[in-house]
Amino acid sequence: MTSYADYATGEPVVDTKAPSGPINERWDKRRFEAKLVNPANRRKHTVIVVGTGLAGGSAGATLAEQGYHVVQFCYQDSPRRAHSIAAQGGINAAKNYRNDGDSIHRLFYDTVKGGDFRARESNVHRLAQISVEIIDQCVAQGVPFAREYGGLLDTRSFGGVQVSRTFYARGQTGQQLLLGAYQALSRQIAAGNIEMHPRTEMLDLIVVDGRARGIVARDLVTGKIDTYFADAVVLASGGYGNVFYLSTNAMNSNATAVWRAHRRGAYFANPCFTQIHPTCIPRTGDHQSKLTLMSESLRNDGRIWVPKAKGDTRPPNEIPENERDYYLERIYPSFGNLVPRDIASRAAKNVCDEGRGVGPGGQGVYLDFADAIRRMGRKAVEAKYGNLFDMYQRITDEDPYEVPMRIYPAVHYTMGGLWVDYDLQTTVPGLFAIGEANFSDHGANRLGASALMQGLADGYFVLPATINDYLARNPHHDEVTDEHPVVQGVLAETQDRLNLLLSVDGDRTPDSFHREVGELMWEFCGMARTDSGLRKALERIPQIREEFWRRIKVPGTGEEFNQSLEKANRIVDYLELAELMCLDALHRSESCGGHFREESQTPDGEAARKDDEFSYAAAWEFTGTGEAPVLHREDLVFEYVHPTQRSYA
Amino acid sequence: MKLTLRVWRQKNADADGTMSTYEVDGISEDMSFLEMLDTLNEELILKGEDPVAFDHDCREGICGACSLVINGDAHGPERTTTCQLHMRSFKDGDTIDVEPWRASAFPVIKDLVVDRSAFDRIIQAGGYITAPTGAAPEAHATPVPKPDADFAFEHAECIGCGACVAACPNGAAMLFTSAKINHLNVLPQGAPERETRVLDMVEQMDDEGFGGCTLTGECATACPKGIPLMSITSMNKEWLRATRRVGRR
Repeated sequence: MTSYADYATGEPVVDTKAPSGPINERWDKRRFEAKLVNPANRRKHTVIVVGTGLAGGSAGATLAEQGYHVVQFCYQDSPRRAHSIAAQGGINAAKNYRNDGDSIHRLFYDTVKGGDFRARESNVHRLAQISVEIIDQCVAQGVPFAREYGGLLDTRSFGGVQVSRTFYARGQTGQQLLLGAYQALSRQIAAGNIEMHPRTEMLDLIVVDGRARGIVARDLVTGKIDTYFADAVVLASGGYGNVFYLSTNAMNSNATAVWRAHRRGAYFANPCFTQIHPTCIPRTGDHQSKLTLMSESLRNDGRIWVPKAKGDTRPPNEIPENERDYYLERIYPSFGNLVPRDIASRAAKNVCDEGRGVGPGGQGVYLDFADAIRRMGRKAVEAKYGNLFDMYQRITDEDPYEVPMRIYPAVHYTMGGLWVDYDLQTTVPGLFAIGEANFSDHGANRLGASALMQGLADGYFVLPATINDYLARNPHHDEVTDEHPVVQGVLAETQDRLNLLLSVDGDRTPDSFHREVGELMWEFCGMARTDSGLRKALERIPQIREEFWRRIKVPGTGEEFNQSLEKANRIVDYLELAELMCLDALHRSESCGGHFREESQTPDGEAARKDDEFSYAAAWEFTGTGEAPVLHREDLVFEYVHPTQRSYA
Repeated sequence: MKLTLRVWRQKNADADGTMSTYEVDGISEDMSFLEMLDTLNEELILKGEDPVAFDHDCREGICGACSLVINGDAHGPERTTTCQLHMRSFKDGDTIDVEPWRASAFPVIKDLVVDRSAFDRIIQAGGYITAPTGAAPEAHATPVPKPDADFAFEHAECIGCGACVAACPNGAAMLFTSAKINHLNVLPQGAPERETRVLDMVEQMDDEGFGGCTLTGECATACPKGIPLMSITSMNKEWLRATRRVGRR
């Protein structure tokens, strides 16, 4: 056996199905060239959708409206609870309602540049085109966006962009958009067009004759493992940030659906591209189960600082002005506290590593509103940030009007995911991936308010158009049943895995392993990565895996509601995914966007891309647990936005 | 902190349940209530006992999954969700009762986990605006007066947790149902289905076995999102209006 790090390089990915020609005509061209399914024949096709977030909810509803028979799954007790619901800020759209110079091309340009030139131009342009239709759709559904006194929609500006194109519903935009999709989904469930399975978790993918034909899923209430068959399978199961244990993801968000699909042949692209958000509430101790994000809009008026001296434990209000280091304002005088997310996060890590961090464990920096309160008055600060201040106070029991907030970066979003072509189809024919589950549109760094846009673009508009083509070209499948030897095999593997988890009866809990691998990933594959650190992690992960299978303890049985078993089974997949993330980070010896390799920085400490070597998406092929995977490159061609080096000093 | 917990344990929907007593020690006041339960569960697993099952997911107060009756109050002593309740609301040495939502329309699945699918069926009965993808007019074609948009938003904030039902002595779902009806019925986009929406949703609510409203107001007091009690009055008005208009057709 070769070492995991000795990966082989396979054939490059050449056909992305993106049409050629002028970029603004490509989506029209693709839709015209796609074959259609006769409306009368659609009900004969079954499509499985896994997940009910913005992408899955909108896709399930739309496919059912078109006449397909949809079978949909979510692990939550209701499709209304998917983690899209927690998105705060807003959703971008190139409506140009402000007449401030916005356009589809500008949104396209901002997204490619924000992604540090590691996304596919054709996809991003389509996303920008569709953005305007999303707002129309959501308004028609009754999404209560913020409005002005004249009754028209309000917008705000967001994260380093110079136009005001973000539509919002107070700090609950994700909730309102998700409920819109959930309600559309509910209408189709009532109409009998969607068979909805809540509290049911996908555990494996069924691939017959090279095509995705179904899934194996477990009823989380009864523990019953069942098979579900279809003509196509759509994964909308979200991102994998929970591999880090502590993140802003929901507790049960997990990578099992995408990782199992990867094991069955779907390439996994850019797994090391993770976004670490600079303004989260720091952890308070070992009991911490998750982290809470504070909107980055706080950086508009708050000033970030740490004490100049190491180990200064005085209360912040007793540290005089000349003993404070407003490090972002010092290092980046022109952008100050408003540098992009990745740069603000790394700078916070650096000052904490120097021993100047504040709060428990020295893992925090101050975000101080004293100047803002002096300048604007307490009332104005309250009007602008009141709900965020309340949330902070509830969690920390500290009054941010009196003492500075403490913040620290946390894992927030994963840009990597299953590799998909322009049709959002993975390398397994008939298997599609949408929303955060795929890798497609954000490159190496996602801009604020773009995740909601992408999830809904994929689900409402892109997938329903492209899946037609696949179904039309593959109209007659042989029926697959439980008796098929492939299905028997997948079922047996699933059952064996769960049985093994239950039978080890060791002395460590699932959470203890999750925390261990999460801390390892945070240290070596977090905000700053090095060759030696990543190699250390790659050495350690197989050891944790081995220990896991020796010492895991899962109480109860598989034939009942068993949350420990659910957790343990997800950790099995994290322990493999973590390895691939580290390998991807190791092989990409450049810095770009959220991926910072200490070896590759400019003299001012900024991320230095190596476009000659790494202007590609890395799509990895699975070859076995702990076995070196095969790298397939998709070269990225920039015809419309020319790569430049970012500078914020 | 050292605490005594009395927790409802019930193996499955068909089994009888009982209150079981546990001691937990070393609880920090910075922990959330659910992190305190995590601590108990880690100990139970290592002892080879079945950990306490409870619903939870986002742990930031928006998904609506968490659902505990703490010392008799839905979501406990603060006006927030259980996941945003912190142990600093309790004192060292306290005894805390932890129970599931109690309502005949929310049967217990296991321990503190209940089946709230009745809420989904109420939404399916009419809690939507029929707007198939692609059929939408330009977003600015229909301005919405700001007060109406704000009223819609205030009701759209409902997270579907079910605290209103758990708090109601009658086990009524009027606050939940009225929140969605008010959100959609006030908007011009929701007008074409205004009557059928309220009639169908109320009928479904009754069919699910929720109780009737006697205006005790417990629902609005327990609601972590502050849906106002007046919401029910607005729904009743909508319902009366709809019965008359539909009857005339």
